Amino acid sequence: MKLKLKIWRQKNSTSKGSIVNYDVDNISPNMSFLEMLDQLNSTLIKNDESPVAFDHDCREGICGSCSLYINGQAHGPDRAITTCQLHMRKFKDGDTIFIEPFRATSFPVIKDLIVDRSAFDRIQHAGGYISVNTSGNTQDANSIPINKTDADNAFDAATCIGCGACVATCKNSSAMLFVGAKISQYALLPQGKVEASDRVTKMIDQMDLEGFGNCSNTGACEVECPKGISLDNIARMNRELMKSKVL
Amino acid sequence: MNKITYSLNYRKPKGEYLPDEEVLICVRYYHKANNAAPKIIKKSTGVKCKLKDWDTNWHKKECRSPVKSSDKDFKSKNSLIEQTAKNFEQYLIQIQKTPELKYSPKLKSNQPDGVLKDKWTNHKNKINLVNPANKRLIDIIVVGTGLAGGSAAATLAELGYNVKAFCFQDSPRRAHSIAAQGGINAAKNYQGDGDSTYRLFYDTVKGGDYRSRESNVYRLAEVSTNIIDQCVAQGVPFARDYGGLLDNRSFGGVLVSRTFYAKGQTGQQLLLGAYSAMNRQIGRGKIKMYNRHEMLDVVLVDGKARGIITRNLITGAVERHSAHAVVLGSGGYGNVFYLSTNAMGSNVTAAWKAHKRGAYFANPCFTQIHPTCIPVSGDHQSKLTLMSESLRNDGRIWVPNIKEDAISIREGKITPLDILEENRDYFLERRYPAFGNLVPRDVASRAAKERCDAGFGVNATGEAVYLDFAAAIIRYGKEEAHINGEDENNETLVNKLGTAVIKKKYGNLFQMYEKIVDQNPYKTPMMIYPAVHYTMGGIWVDYNLMTTIPGLYAIGEANFSDHGANRLGASALMQGLADGYFVLPYTIGDYLSDDISTGPIPTDTAEFENAEDEAIKKLNFFINNKGKHSVDFFHKKLGKIMWNKCGMARNSKDLNEAIKEISDLRNLFWNEVKVPGSADEFNEELAKAGRVADFLELGELFAKDALSREESCGGHFRDEHQTPEGEAVRNKDYQFVSAWEYKGDPKDAILHKEELNYNDIEVKERSYK
Amino acid sequence: MSVFFNTSIARKISMALSAIFLMVFLLQHFAINFTSVFSSDTFNEISHFMGTNPLVQFVLQPILIIGVIFHFVMGFILEFINHRSSKVKYAYNNGSANSSWMSRNMIWSGLAILSFMLLHFADFWFPEIDAKFIQGDWEGGKIMVDGILTGEYRYFTELQHKFSYAPRVIFYCIAFCFLSLHLMHGFTSAFQSMGSTIGRKKVLLNLSYAYSICIPLGFVFIALYHFFNH
Repeated sequence: MKLKLKIWRQKNSTSKGSIVNYDVDNISPNMSFLEMLDQLNSTLIKNDESPVAFDHDCREGICGSCSLYINGQAHGPDRAITTCQLHMRKFKDGDTIFIEPFRATSFPVIKDLIVDRSAFDRIQHAGGYISVNTSGNTQDANSIPINKTDADNAFDAATCIGCGACVATCKNSSAMLFVGAKISQYALLPQGKVEASDRVTKMIDQMDLEGFGNCSNTGACEVECPKGISLDNIARMNRELMKSKVL
Repeated sequence: MNKITYSLNYRKPKGEYLPDEEVLICVRYYHKANNAAPKIIKKSTGVKCKLKDWDTNWHKKECRSPVKSSDKDFKSKNSLIEQTAKNFEQYLIQIQKTPELKYSPKLKSNQPDGVLKDKWTNHKNKINLVNPANKRLIDIIVVGTGLAGGSAAATLAELGYNVKAFCFQDSPRRAHSIAAQGGINAAKNYQGDGDSTYRLFYDTVKGGDYRSRESNVYRLAEVSTNIIDQCVAQGVPFARDYGGLLDNRSFGGVLVSRTFYAKGQTGQQLLLGAYSAMNRQIGRGKIKMYNRHEMLDVVLVDGKARGIITRNLITGAVERHSAHAVVLGSGGYGNVFYLSTNAMGSNVTAAWKAHKRGAYFANPCFTQIHPTCIPVSGDHQSKLTLMSESLRNDGRIWVPNIKEDAISIREGKITPLDILEENRDYFLERRYPAFGNLVPRDVASRAAKERCDAGFGVNATGEAVYLDFAAAIIRYGKEEAHINGEDENNETLVNKLGTAVIKKKYGNLFQMYEKIVDQNPYKTPMMIYPAVHYTMGGIWVDYNLMTTIPGLYAIGEANFSDHGANRLGASALMQGLADGYFVLPYTIGDYLSDDISTGPIPTDTAEFENAEDEAIKKLNFFINNKGKHSVDFFHKKLGKIMWNKCGMARNSKDLNEAIKEISDLRNLFWNEVKVPGSADEFNEELAKAGRVADFLELGELFAKDALSREESCGGHFRDEHQTPEGEAVRNKDYQFVSAWEYKGDPKDAILHKEELNYNDIEVKERSYK
Repeated sequence: MSVFFNTSIARKISMALSAIFLMVFLLQHFAINFTSVFSSDTFNEISHFMGTNPLVQFVLQPILIIGVIFHFVMGFILEFINHRSSKVKYAYNNGSANSSWMSRNMIWSGLAILSFMLLHFADFWFPEIDAKFIQGDWEGGKIMVDGILTGEYRYFTELQHKFSYAPRVIFYCIAFCFLSLHLMHGFTSAFQSMGSTIGRKKVLLNLSYAYSICIPLGFVFIALYHFFNH
């Protein structure tokens, strides 16, 4: 396949970036999207041009490193996958592909397609945990039975990979799906209920401090989320906040 | 054949000598045992003669005197030479009589004495501790934030130490432990199927083909139950049954269900648990987190590990960090094969730099090849995708038993569905009736390779076998139909119900497969092929997890201690968390108790400066080299050599070739590598160059280790050592750990052996028939 | 209270609360107006009651005004914050791939409704205030003759008169289209913001469509009915 790529290039966080056009040839439909970029980079290196920087690591859709806004969608046109799992068979010969970094004021660009998502980490530092010591003297794991539905819902919320697609795709750059998922995971489990009220306040405060926008329930995040995290988690977070403020 | 000869000790090319120049004469002892490589030992006689006085034909004469009579002192010189040769011969006879010291005194495993099951408790009771007030005065560096590093950092910080944690990813949550799918073992015996600490210990040692340290493994089995309690308390959402209690599944190589899991994302959930524990400490200020930092070197002060040199991957700044102890949790080195299931960034650099500074590297050749990976599709492939071993619980592995059928499939003329039941070879069930498709990973991988090598492989490349769920779909479908009181003989219904069950169990894996291969695995069998997955070898550590460098610790996959020659499924997560949560935080106190009054370690010393200079020099070298080929070019080549010659089956010819080829490739790399950009910016190629440089050294040591281990055990299979049926033959003489000491070039590495004793387990032939 | 409004989620919740309040108001507004189609007397009676009952006039009406203003002001504040959070725009964004046009353009449909509101106030509310508080007409246009109120209420006549002007009717119809779009997202969104997942259940989705189509359509019908039947 032959493709025209329109890629955002930006030398570093302070410089101004722009879209640069590249042509690539001999793209196999079995390639993953990142392998296509690998091929572009190897050509660029050969021609003494600087390769396109992009985040990637596990390349199996679980580490959450890869990002990319491809043809106007976070992680590209396919659903329930990350960019590394997107295959070139989703494109046609001669297609033009826009490749941009995830955009949000809270995700400043570091270089080319790489953005700084440490805001997510800081939200978690604020309260994304259960305060239990790792002494090994905790009670037996089976001493608190947990209703299977709650356990499954907590798991579904916990599968978030922290890639930031929800923020990138949200017209308001809201991080509520991410934060909602984390709050939900703990709110659904008996272990997490003890600090639930404190946690929801702290995490939301940090989220606001980081400058993420407000949720307007467009639902785009849920659609683009590689792990299919449900919008229900945002509702649950809202409920948790009301509980903590009102009760 | 052994012989003694005389020769001149030329210091420059022969032709450049003038006839009147004097050259030193030496004795050479040429030795060659049956299978070993020839050895030449050289000794100077201290006698010199002019070139023109040297008789090149001395060995043809009866007197065998090399100095011609033209030399005025020829008599005394010749007799001196003769005497030296005689003395030398005597000496050689003498040293051959004294048996070679088999086990190295340098490797002190520090295993506690006593009964196996009490060792860990007794050890904890005896070792020194640091009091809470003093812990505040002590800094610890943790490199890597996977299960081992992350859990260690969190626990150490919680105990009161000041922790600095480093990872090259943009967040500690992205470490590759996250990709572990299947589960984590623990001897909880919740299923009441006879599991116990001893059985987990037994399975692990046996699974590791008796090449792991007994006391370490027992400790691992012992603390495994704590891990589950800990993780549940942290909010890890393990799978539960309808009664609300924890669910278990069974994994390859064992006969009990002891694996706890969270769908196909157990590693992710456990890592996020450790990450949350870290977050709590980061929030408290006890952990200082350095994301996007790569460790370039470990700094030794007075022989102790006292800090590291890092590069900030965003700004390119090279930085010094000091601490009272350094912990490496930097994972395995599977990426030496280029294609592996490891993450793109996984590398050996931290471990290798420690090795270069004096940490012994143990059993590098013990690599696990995982049987259920998605086959390679082409040259563009950048990494391999693993599918959980749990698939083997329900999938049956087969290839056609008629070669023509296999060829037709490869050419795309027929599909697997066209192959009749009687023309399918369920080779694992055939060869290993007791364990069937659930044999350990190494056995399953090799069996698949054997079939493909014999020409029965499928996929266009011929390098794949089928993993078929059709039987499981029918079995589950009938069960469901029976439960619902519906017609068990209605094929469509049974198919529908069975598919639903399989979807529930493996839905995410099937979806992943379909995305990558573009085939529907519910309808047509999956294709799988083995791929490099885990490295059992790693930095040598003692019972306290300390390396041969005082103050330097290695945990998780980075060390070698617990899995021997092969790791059982769902044990990697267990080991990482055991080391990080429950072992290292105690044992490190024993060492640090001496450091309570040391005070902060300054970074403006010569040791730090030198290490930093060295690191900068290397970075600048890469930038300025302006060679011809990109880093990946060399990495791919290295990977091909490793896979073809040090892969699933090895032999001395291939290994010798590999050593030579890797060494040549390394030279080529240093001459011709091309790294674009500069060192003071985000430069992935530069980071990769440093990593591949280390892989190129490790690869050679890997091959050397594989060559030196004259046996087949676990993940290490030597063609020379197998039964006529192709089963591995272990060699009792190799019941030791090979720990290699760095001496410059990998070929000069010195082997140290640590003896392995099994007092509480009978060393048996590992049979899964 | 101010602390409460400092968090993003509290702002969202208050937005939802005011929305639900306005939707209830809209329903009753529609119900009353719809009576004008079949019975001018009923319409007049209810209008007069609403217009002169002190509870409605001095308690509910101020609350409604505050509600309306709050909803608009908060809408603008949220839009401002959201805009600040996503300053750099994509060169190419395919928003329709994952969300509805309505959900992405609440600010525009909201602005359209605001401009309608201004006209609506000028048409009905200001004259009403003028009649009652400045002219002092508390009898809905009836005149006291010999101690007995006589004549017709003015409400229905005024209504008919307003809707006899074609451009106004057209403008109203367009505005109701925007109201429909606004409601289509807003109805369920309010429930979601309030922390209820019920907003995403099928029943409520259908109810949402029914509400957001029927009510504006009903208003359109009323306007057209009076345009053609005056």
